Amino acid sequence: MAAAPPALRRLLLFSLLLLASVAAAAEGEEEEEFTEELLLRPLPDRKALAHFHFRSSAPPSAAAGRHHHVFPKAIAQLVQQFHISELELSFTQGRWNYEQWGGYDPMSTNYAKPPGVELWAAFDLPLDEIDATWKNLTHTLSGLFCASINFLESSTAFSAPRWGFKLNEDNLRYGALPREAVCTENLTPWLKLLPCRDKAGIASLLYRPSIYKGYYHSQKLKLTSSQSFGIIIDQTLTVVLQPDNFRGQQLHSTDGQLQPSWSMKDLFNRKLSGKCRVSKSSRVFLEIEKDIVDKSGTEVSWTNELFVLSTAPDRVLKELNNMDAQSSSLYEYDVSNYNNDKPLDVGITWKLPLIWSCTPAPYHANRFLMGSGNERGSIALSFRSTNLHKQLFGNSNDCSIKAVVFQVVPWYVKVYYHSLQIFIDGNSKAISELVDKIHVTPSEDKHLPGTLEMLLRLPCSMESATLSLDFDKGFLHIDEYPPDANQGFDIPSALVTFPEFNSSRSYPETDTLSVSRLLQTFKEDGVVKSYTEVLLVPLTTPDFSMPYNVITFTCTVLALYFGSLLNALRRRIGEEERELKKAATKRGLIPLLIAKLRGKKVDPPPQGSSPTSLLSTKLLLKVVFVVVVAVSFHYLSNS
Amino acid sequence: MAIRNFWSMAAAAVGFRLVLVLFGGDLHLASRPEVSTPLTSIRRLAEGYWLKQASMSPYSGSMYHGSPLLLLVLGPLTNKRSVGHHDHIYCSLIFVAVDFIAAMLIRATGRRLQIARNRNLKSLELTEAVSNSVNVSAGDIASLIYLWNPWAIVTCVGSCTSPIENLMVVIMIYGACSRLAPLAAFGYVMATHLSLYPAILIVPIILLLGYGPDAPPTKVFRIKSSSASKTDVSDNDKSSSSRDVQQFLWKPVFHFILWMLFWTFYVLLLSSIVLNKVGGLQEMFEKTYGFILTVKDLSPNIGVLWYFFAEVFDFFRSFFLIVFNMNIVFMVLPLAIRLKHRPCFLAFIYTAIVAILKSYPSVGDSALYLGLLGLFANELAEMQFTFFLFFGYIGVSLLSPVMHNLWIWRGTGNANFYFATGLAYTCLQTVLVVESVSSMIKHDRKLRLLVTA
Repeated sequence: MAAAPPALRRLLLFSLLLLASVAAAAEGEEEEEFTEELLLRPLPDRKALAHFHFRSSAPPSAAAGRHHHVFPKAIAQLVQQFHISELELSFTQGRWNYEQWGGYDPMSTNYAKPPGVELWAAFDLPLDEIDATWKNLTHTLSGLFCASINFLESSTAFSAPRWGFKLNEDNLRYGALPREAVCTENLTPWLKLLPCRDKAGIASLLYRPSIYKGYYHSQKLKLTSSQSFGIIIDQTLTVVLQPDNFRGQQLHSTDGQLQPSWSMKDLFNRKLSGKCRVSKSSRVFLEIEKDIVDKSGTEVSWTNELFVLSTAPDRVLKELNNMDAQSSSLYEYDVSNYNNDKPLDVGITWKLPLIWSCTPAPYHANRFLMGSGNERGSIALSFRSTNLHKQLFGNSNDCSIKAVVFQVVPWYVKVYYHSLQIFIDGNSKAISELVDKIHVTPSEDKHLPGTLEMLLRLPCSMESATLSLDFDKGFLHIDEYPPDANQGFDIPSALVTFPEFNSSRSYPETDTLSVSRLLQTFKEDGVVKSYTEVLLVPLTTPDFSMPYNVITFTCTVLALYFGSLLNALRRRIGEEERELKKAATKRGLIPLLIAKLRGKKVDPPPQGSSPTSLLSTKLLLKVVFVVVVAVSFHYLSNS
Repeated sequence: MAIRNFWSMAAAAVGFRLVLVLFGGDLHLASRPEVSTPLTSIRRLAEGYWLKQASMSPYSGSMYHGSPLLLLVLGPLTNKRSVGHHDHIYCSLIFVAVDFIAAMLIRATGRRLQIARNRNLKSLELTEAVSNSVNVSAGDIASLIYLWNPWAIVTCVGSCTSPIENLMVVIMIYGACSRLAPLAAFGYVMATHLSLYPAILIVPIILLLGYGPDAPPTKVFRIKSSSASKTDVSDNDKSSSSRDVQQFLWKPVFHFILWMLFWTFYVLLLSSIVLNKVGGLQEMFEKTYGFILTVKDLSPNIGVLWYFFAEVFDFFRSFFLIVFNMNIVFMVLPLAIRLKHRPCFLAFIYTAIVAILKSYPSVGDSALYLGLLGLFANELAEMQFTFFLFFGYIGVSLLSPVMHNLWIWRGTGNANFYFATGLAYTCLQTVLVVESVSSMIKHDRKLRLLVTA
């Protein structure tokens, strides 16, 4: 840990505090703020979810060159430079398992992201400057996060969705790179934006080998800026980890159903020894799902017959829910109460085998490819009902559920939108029955990706629905293939939104002064969303070693055509026969040469000297003419 | 010597098409690379129509590259589905009719050519010398070739729009042969509107309208008349009448040009009405002619240009685009000079050259020029390499689907296999063009020798 003597550290801290207070006094009541929070949650499939949430905010400032204390300067400059009103960038590895980990809570709707990089930004700019600004932004972000976000610069990579992704007035751009690999080189610059980096506070738990071992890893940066409240950045890291320890008695063969017990030490190989000093609040939450609370009875204490927590929480929060009596509960720990000598190690130990499930989204959305071969295929999007609406709205069967599908397809997947077919429970239905609104931006070769936004109205009574779209596979120029061309090309995830379902959760506010920013984001509007799988489309490849051969072969064939046809037209068989006769009779060298020079124009053999001299004067004139032309050309080109 | 069972064979060809269309099921011919090109594919037309119905420009995106008039005519038919048949059955039925009309027009053209030929031979007093060796009804042969050509059948059943393009070219040639300037102008304008390349056919059309159908070279008549005047002075009117045949008539040409302007204006007006509110003519030209000339789509077809432009270095692309496009135009003048007395044959050669060198060739184009080839059965009877050509065509059309299957569907072959068949096919067509030109020239020379003898 820190090598500096404690006295020096205390002095430094004191001076920092003094500075901060002076700055605060100068600024008035508004000041930069940083909070750090961690949410832990056991998942039904023996895994654990950890969600890190860091918020930095800067008050609005009139001056461009503002001095920042805890707020990252790079971000402030970014916002100023590109006039961003909203931006979200996520790096994700792995896929959120909507069936096991839930699809109807703030975590899955806001922090479950498609694999690879997803970036969207809304600009506060005139419409004609947005595309150019987007390109610059991608380059800046690419440098800032050590990722190939700059590939989103090309107009084939980003789109401007109208309403399928988010309502906007054409000032939003959306792009995704499904193949981008995410690793520590993206995390390090992301951590640099935090005031304490990963040296202290909650971020110190981010021990690389353990967080990259997980099943799902999504690091996200959300930025909102406005004149009234300044700039706010939410940096979140969501990981799903497998607690790999099995403590003594739980390895009993009889109770195989017992969930693994874990603590922070098991998950991250670290314990939490105090908060980041500049953070306004630093908290750890442990969330217990509604389903468990149901089973454990009404009493929600940190030790009950189902489980026991390793440390007594500072507070227990219950979700305010108007529909159910039972709701999930949160155990809150204030990190400022812990220090090096007394580190915090939140954990859960199960006492009884327990099976529970998370609330799913109204439909499980899956996407897959159909067909074989490299010529054509179809994309199918399937919805499987989870019967959530029956729990929520009762058992009425003549209702309908809205679903918005937003899908971007790269141009080399040439979708035939007229081939859209919808099957409800296996029966083909008319498009007009189910599609309320559709907006298509067809793809343009090497220029624009295709965008499909569709508002569906699915009947409640159905069990499954399938949408299918036919496509032709495009053929690319050899330079357009990536180095590993035979691996195939990715179609980014489609986004399915259920606008009638809101996953926001609210918790009672006990303390108005130190509101948890994490719980605040949970309370914000959270329309239920789910991302589908990334699709891998194999495309045909030409022979990459062939360009010279192809050029020479093709040109040879064309030369053959041209030459032989011209020859056939030029040939005069009668004259050729006559010439053959003449060739039989011997002739002098000079007339032959002349005849050749004149292009085989056959004339009677020289009988006297006068025709020869006439010929030679003509020849002389020709030579002189050519020389004059050459000299004048040379002269002109030189001058 | 007409073919005896012409009508029964023609009916059988139409019946065969109908059987394939109605009971053949979905043969997936509409997506075969040999049959449909980005320009003629009916699926792309359906997509264009869908976009137009969704009040978008049919040319938005890179799907549709055809004419707006086709959208107007065929578009509504693509929406109708009948149970148990493949998707575009109504379009296929239309194309059966279109093919039949085209075959009948080819037959009528053949009749005209036959009449002209007989008259010319008579005036040259060569009727016995030439006609005894070969004299078949070329029109019947040509229309039967067109009807029974497997490629024409495949194109028709696969319902891509090339039968309509072919029909327009045939209408143009028929109209010019029978000196119907409005009809010829209509065919010319429509064919050019649909696929651009028939634009070069203006040369044979004007020659046809000016000089009339194919005849032996003027020189032969001159030799004949001079020899006739030497031997028999009293028989003067015959030679003068034969010279009158070769007189260039400006009136039908002038009419043709007027009608051409009219039809052009009319077609553009109709297109702009169809595209009203969803796009403009500017966009139409960019997406149809621009798409043809810049070879933007690199999907495989039976030609060679797709692979060439998929492989060629980017900085050479414009150069080769210019070279390949100019290649078509380069041959127009030499051919016109040498074959100006046989405008119909000239039109056939131009169609064949276009089929070789066009940016998105399909077997539909070959079906057209092979049909027209039948019109010259008498003149080209002594053509060389016919055995080689016939089996070459069969071999390529069998090998090409196999290679395509190996490359695209099984993944065991690669693009070079398929490209090789494309090269072979281009070579075959080249040999066909060169051989037919040289044997036509030889035929003319033979006539001259016969006259002088």
